[in-house]
Amino acid sequence: MSDHSKSSPLPMYFMVWGALLLGTFITYEVAKIDLGVFNSAVALIIATTKALLVTLFFMHVKGAHEKLLKLVVISTIFFLFILLALSMADYGTRAWS
Amino acid sequence: MSDSTVVGLHHQEEHHPELLHHFAEPQQQRDSASLGMWIFLATEVMFFGGLFCAYLIYRGWYYPDFAAASKSISASLGGTNTAVLICSSLTVVLAIWAAQTSRRALLLIMLVLTMIFGVAFLGIKSIEYKQKFDEHHVPGASFNFEHESVPGHPDQYANPRHAEIFFALYFIMTGLHALHMIIGLGIFSWLLWMAWKGRFTPEYHTPLEIGGLYWHFVDIVWIYLFPLLYLIDRHP
Repeated sequence: MSDHSKSSPLPMYFMVWGALLLGTFITYEVAKIDLGVFNSAVALIIATTKALLVTLFFMHVKGAHEKLLKLVVISTIFFLFILLALSMADYGTRAWS
Repeated sequence: MSDSTVVGLHHQEEHHPELLHHFAEPQQQRDSASLGMWIFLATEVMFFGGLFCAYLIYRGWYYPDFAAASKSISASLGGTNTAVLICSSLTVVLAIWAAQTSRRALLLIMLVLTMIFGVAFLGIKSIEYKQKFDEHHVPGASFNFEHESVPGHPDQYANPRHAEIFFALYFIMTGLHALHMIIGLGIFSWLLWMAWKGRFTPEYHTPLEIGGLYWHFVDIVWIYLFPLLYLIDRHP
């Protein structure tokens, strides 16, 4: 997918790799600190950042010239959000009645 | 009919042999293959999404029991496996880069390294499963999670029935992920065979890109599984 005329993508690949390993290390270390309810939030934010890095740079969504591909990726995330958000809205509010 | 025959012959003369006749140009063929793979990955996201949803609901209900159960699995083995998968994702992009720049030896080395990382992941996973079987933490008749205290509340025991749900989700989610890894190893064996025969060129390496997308997706699933299953309430 990458453009052959551009400069080498290797430095970018190694930087993303380093960032992913750093993210894993931070996730592991932060879990040992008591942040209360924010422990899960921090873990999920780091995981989502890592997933975005893999999607954009390793799976070449960034710089893809096929617009439909981006539409598929965004709608996948959107439908996953519907699945999780509506289910949690249901189960999270059952105690109210 | 005669027109299409002429067009077909014309294509065979001018284009790369891997360009199928219903595509106008190699770029269009590559984009179509990627798009198809992404649509398959969308179905995979929804497939794993249902399990993540079940996990989130039960975790909300039985949080202390999930924390106690999570503490019994090895976070260092899980963390090592995360690093192993991240390294394998790097070797996948390097393999594609090698194909794009006609570096045959590097391509073969990177494919073999990817498979070594994949097998290492499964090996570490099997050590973890062995521990769980030895500790009777596998859901079923011999399941035992009595008198395990809840993190932060040493006087309070976790409910074994609720912990069993955590372990059921743990084995289903990591097991399904491991199955994807095994299928991935099959795909990469085939890619290695194709690369060995010299089928991949800077113009044509679509199978590498498609296989790579699958491998990265499996990596992303693990990126979420690691904190969710291994790192609930780890602080002392």
